[in-house]
Amino acid sequence: MAEKFDVIVVGAGPAGSAAAHTLAKAGLNVIMFERGEYPGSKNVMGGVIYRHQLQEIVPDFLESAPLERPIVQQNFWMMDEKSVFQMGYKGLEWAEAPHNNFTVLRAKFDQWFAGKAVEQGALLINETVVTEAIVEDGKVIGVRTDRPNGDVYADVVILADGVNSLLAKQLGFHKELKPSEVALAVMQVINLPAEKIEDRFNLEPNQGATIELFGDSTKGLLGTSFIYTNKESISIGVGTLLSGLMENRMKPYELLETLKQHPVVRKLIQGGEPKEYLAHLIPEGGYHSIPKLVDHGVMVVGDAAQLVNGIHREGSNLAMASGRMAAETVIMAKQVNDFSANILDAYRTNLMNSFVGQDLKKYKDAAHTLDRNPVYFKEYIPMMNRAASEMFTVDGVSKWDKQKKVMGMVQEKGTISTIRDLYRAWKVMK
Amino acid sequence: MHYVVFVKQVPDTSVVKLDPVTNTLDRSSAPSIINPYDSHAVEEAVRLKNKYGGKVTVISMGPPMAVDVIKKCIELGADDGVLISDRAFAGSDTLATSYALTQALRKVSEKEPVDVIFAGKQAIDGDTAQVGPGVARRLSMPVLAQVIHVESFSAEKKVIRVHRKIEDGVEIVESKLPVLITVEKEINDLTYAPLPNMIKAAKYKPLIWSVNDIEVDRDQLGLKGSPTVVGKIFAPPKQSGGQKVTGTADEVVKTVMDKLVNVHGLFTGGGVS
Repeated sequence: MAEKFDVIVVGAGPAGSAAAHTLAKAGLNVIMFERGEYPGSKNVMGGVIYRHQLQEIVPDFLESAPLERPIVQQNFWMMDEKSVFQMGYKGLEWAEAPHNNFTVLRAKFDQWFAGKAVEQGALLINETVVTEAIVEDGKVIGVRTDRPNGDVYADVVILADGVNSLLAKQLGFHKELKPSEVALAVMQVINLPAEKIEDRFNLEPNQGATIELFGDSTKGLLGTSFIYTNKESISIGVGTLLSGLMENRMKPYELLETLKQHPVVRKLIQGGEPKEYLAHLIPEGGYHSIPKLVDHGVMVVGDAAQLVNGIHREGSNLAMASGRMAAETVIMAKQVNDFSANILDAYRTNLMNSFVGQDLKKYKDAAHTLDRNPVYFKEYIPMMNRAASEMFTVDGVSKWDKQKKVMGMVQEKGTISTIRDLYRAWKVMK
Repeated sequence: MHYVVFVKQVPDTSVVKLDPVTNTLDRSSAPSIINPYDSHAVEEAVRLKNKYGGKVTVISMGPPMAVDVIKKCIELGADDGVLISDRAFAGSDTLATSYALTQALRKVSEKEPVDVIFAGKQAIDGDTAQVGPGVARRLSMPVLAQVIHVESFSAEKKVIRVHRKIEDGVEIVESKLPVLITVEKEINDLTYAPLPNMIKAAKYKPLIWSVNDIEVDRDQLGLKGSPTVVGKIFAPPKQSGGQKVTGTADEVVKTVMDKLVNVHGLFTGGGVS
């Protein structure tokens, strides 16, 4: 006789573990499935975890979470072939508890986070693939796994099965993802001694830095690259829309190799020993790609719900927040013993009213606009670099004349069209 | 029928690194796994149980984190598991380990007598193949090592007939129960554990016995009870790359045969006619 639980959580990433933790803490009987050998073994992320959402779930996480470095410096690099226009903020207030965000290595972090849910009483089943949702009378009543006697039942199934959620697709919540809705990210973890990292990035021990790179690092394709400092390694990666890679017949690992050789990047990772090579899809469709989130006995959270804010490279915090909110709705539904779509819909309402829905709404047209108008990456970033070079090169030309030259660049491109482009960019980002 | 299986948690030696200074295993460099031979021992015990009825109990000795291998055995179908874990066991060699495990087994069999004891042929970290036979000797029990097949088993007559792998063939042996059997990996293919076993394992809380929970003479435990002296540890010399033979297939075969026959003396030893 197959066992019945209060809740089945499919996938033990940040969203799934957040849900399982919240549910188990409230005393519900939870089973969580992970297809990998252990949670995190199949997950990939540049590696920034945000304190606020984590603390809401595990208040004392600082004591035990496998955090790499608290981030004190966030940089944005607009790259051209041989130059870079840099912006950034370094704030030592982030070096002190409670901190703002941290670099993490997912294989360690996810294992820890799932372990916290297990401490609360959730059951974690590894190395088990959930193959389908069991539906009866239009209600999801359980799941089928790939193991013998592999059925298990529950009042609610929470789908946290990642970007290409097979179960949500089976239920008809979303269609096959379009290449313009997902980015393919490839990254490498490169081992370097802590002192070298601290010297190269101007950090004290136990301080970290992030760099987001735009422009030449993706060869003008819509996407970003990143360089994050871990304790004794550097994560470096490139993510670009799948559609861009296909149209331009580019291979993501070639972009990563080119980035590693870029003259302004090379020295940061020089002498490091490559430790891991990872690749993963990232949902980038934003607000417009959010699928149906709720039906009778089922909810979708995290990447499976396409909850990623590409503009601010936030995903893990949206995942955790959505997992928690789904769990809170189930806890409420349990009190009235009603798990119909009507009741579970509170999750969708709460989510869309929270920062998750609001942020995704704010940038709902950003990625599409940037994607349809390659000028931003292909022309304005190089222009920015040329303008900076012009202004900062001392060659006997007066600053008045230099400003004229810079304005000349804009006129070359067409003043009106530049203003239009900048207005359009401002409108989608405001 | 009561089957007991000895299992050990080992570092995954396929990825483990050597500490370049001490030449000992750097255990932090590799995940901990169940000794692969032991998982086949559990599988065999579970198969016998499924066929002839009874119960499978696993016993392991190790640090507290070794509860994970007990849980793994529950996934594989074992009914119960005990971990003996205490600082007093630290530093035990094979003699002291076989003593500690024997005493744990005695306690387990107080509740329910044991008919067959299974163990892996050897552990992949130490490769000694001594602990299983050591336990059998202490219990004055016959031992069948390197078993690749259980041919027949009679619960009424209490006899088992097995195939043992020996140097140049297979030995078919019969023994009365109780008996201790160490297994090779080819004895069976591991079953993909059914979901109810996975759920049971996730919920399972293994018994943990300290040195106070079993009847022992402390002088026979740990470093004190371990006469083995490690004289020297060294990493094996790195094999230098051999000669690379290139050319067409015919040329390559000719060069290689020429070397084997004329340089290494193939066919001259009289082994092949």
